[in-house]
Amino acid sequence: MDVPKDIYIHICGSDLIRGGDGTYYVLEDNGRCPSGASYLLENRNALKRAFPSLFDSVGVRPVDSYPRDLLNMLHHISPRREGEPVCVLLTPGCYNSAYFEHCYLARKMGIEIVEGKDLVVIDRFVYMRTTKGLVRVDVIYRRIDNDFIDPVVFRKDSVLGVPGLMNACMAGNVALANAVGTGVADDKVIYYFVPRMIEYYLGQKPILPNVPTYLASEEADYKHIMAHLPELVVKAANESGGCGLLMGPQASSGEIDKFRELIQADPRNYIAQPVISLSQSPTWCDGAMEGRHLDLRPYIIYGEDVKIVPGGLTRVALTKGSLVVNSSQGSGSKDTWVLK
Amino acid sequence: MLSRVANTLYWMVRYVERADNLARLIDVNEQVLLDFESLDSERLRGFWNPIILSTGDEEAFHELYDDVGSDQVIRFLTNDTRNPNSIVSCIGFARENARTVRDQLSDELWEELNSLYLFTKSEESTYLLESNLPRYYERVRRAAMTVLGISASTTARDGRWDFMSLGRHLERADKTTRFLDISTYFPKGAEGLERASPGVLHWSAILSSCGAMGAFRATRQEITARTVMSFLLFSPDFPRSVRYCIDQVDAALHRISGTVRGTYSNESERECGQMLCTLNFGKPEGVLEEGLHLFLDEIQAKLNKISEEIFETYVLMPERIESRLPEIPVVTTFRHIQEQAQQ
Repeated sequence: MDVPKDIYIHICGSDLIRGGDGTYYVLEDNGRCPSGASYLLENRNALKRAFPSLFDSVGVRPVDSYPRDLLNMLHHISPRREGEPVCVLLTPGCYNSAYFEHCYLARKMGIEIVEGKDLVVIDRFVYMRTTKGLVRVDVIYRRIDNDFIDPVVFRKDSVLGVPGLMNACMAGNVALANAVGTGVADDKVIYYFVPRMIEYYLGQKPILPNVPTYLASEEADYKHIMAHLPELVVKAANESGGCGLLMGPQASSGEIDKFRELIQADPRNYIAQPVISLSQSPTWCDGAMEGRHLDLRPYIIYGEDVKIVPGGLTRVALTKGSLVVNSSQGSGSKDTWVLK
Repeated sequence: MLSRVANTLYWMVRYVERADNLARLIDVNEQVLLDFESLDSERLRGFWNPIILSTGDEEAFHELYDDVGSDQVIRFLTNDTRNPNSIVSCIGFARENARTVRDQLSDELWEELNSLYLFTKSEESTYLLESNLPRYYERVRRAAMTVLGISASTTARDGRWDFMSLGRHLERADKTTRFLDISTYFPKGAEGLERASPGVLHWSAILSSCGAMGAFRATRQEITARTVMSFLLFSPDFPRSVRYCIDQVDAALHRISGTVRGTYSNESERECGQMLCTLNFGKPEGVLEEGLHLFLDEIQAKLNKISEEIFETYVLMPERIESRLPEIPVVTTFRHIQEQAQQ
């Protein structure tokens, strides 16, 4: 499927960590619809209010260009030839846990936030229902997963999506950011091959290395995984948000056996990595400063050119000793500074 | 503006306005009762029953409560969430509506509405309900006023403002007619017009419930059935008179559609224009001849009609447009490929 300007992943959030030796690694890529950018902006706002004097003296690069960069990118991929493109943010609705972020970003960009039922597809064009009739939509920043986005093509029981949206998309009348199917880049097995892709397409070594990774469907790796299961982190290929995860060193023997069976049954679906001790940062916990593990997610926007926000979402595992920083598992976040 | 957003803003404001009006109504009635020492339960009923009757929720009330006493009525109208029109229910609905269109509201507006909602859930509110009712209603009214003030000073005067104005003024007009209708259910013999008679007290209470006491005093008229009724129905400049409200509704409707006032482009505008005409040229004598209750009943029915027509024109009509897909969808080939890949 061809997409406008040949860009599939318009917004990418790559999770970075720093290991015990000080090396930065790419932990994983999020090409689906990475969330959390609003926390990055709000954390900065909160800190600016709390420590206004610091910013001037330290020289922190501002992050507030993010919504503008995002909007510029949406304009860039618009299929409309003339006139101002109409961009919208498609949300699953106010019961979604990221609804705050959807509202926040839509408002910062000055675009409409729409639910599936606000949109209608007529003859391969997408329109929104307004008090003044139908208004054509050119670009959809969608925060709905593929499965739910169009009941005609994907899950038929989805009431969140827009029937016929994929039709409009394939006819080139509407652009989606990110494109449908980009989740394949999140796949942990693809991750295994990313360094080779970089070498093949760009002819250079990756600047930021991957965490050493073993793929259970490769024979040598499989042997290594099975022999060292209690020392490794095992991840299911197509899960996110800290699900389908085995933390070898902390797991009970029962859990390890369970994963051993799972890997045996479907080796293609699992990767394993040595435990990287994530770097720590002082964190205010119950009245005292303590060290907590964290990772960093910068946001990369690919429109007319590639823009990286000079900052990022730093996620903190609030439980002592925990290495799981996913916000869906109850972690916190911190403001992150890039200095001038 | 999205139809869904227009509808949500309209209801958000209506619910805030409803909570505000109810808070004033109950508070005023409580104050009035203080002027009567030791009322027996029969006479108490004489005060509270008209209020239940005027809200139009008497069926729901009698399903939930046996007796029409202060405690029951206050609970029913204030914090009984089984009553969808109680103050607490209204605030809950207003906040829920606001939540789904947060991107359309200023942060301050959302924060104020949300803190009002949180207040209704707080221990403080439980405490005030038990031991200091006037303070409770004051909190609600102040917050509602603040919400109104913030929206007036932070909302652009575009379609959003117009739909909020529709909600606010339709609800106000409705509540003013309902408060006036309380007079229909006054205990017998309360019609006397001497200064300290129950009649004057009742009519004063109605004025206060509409927040109209000060404005009425400025007209230097005596408080009688005729003057109060005339003021609350026909005043061209008091913001809670039915005429003023309908004038605002008419203006907002025409701003939304871009039609010249005095003409109409849809049913809501026609209904509203007709009603405005009745109010612009109506006289209290005419109303008294027809009977106040009947007149108010007709107005309430027409207000409902206008509200329905607004919904029909701006929400239902756009919603009814169904998607039309090409006869041979492009995606069939796509799905074909998908299925092949799965096999």
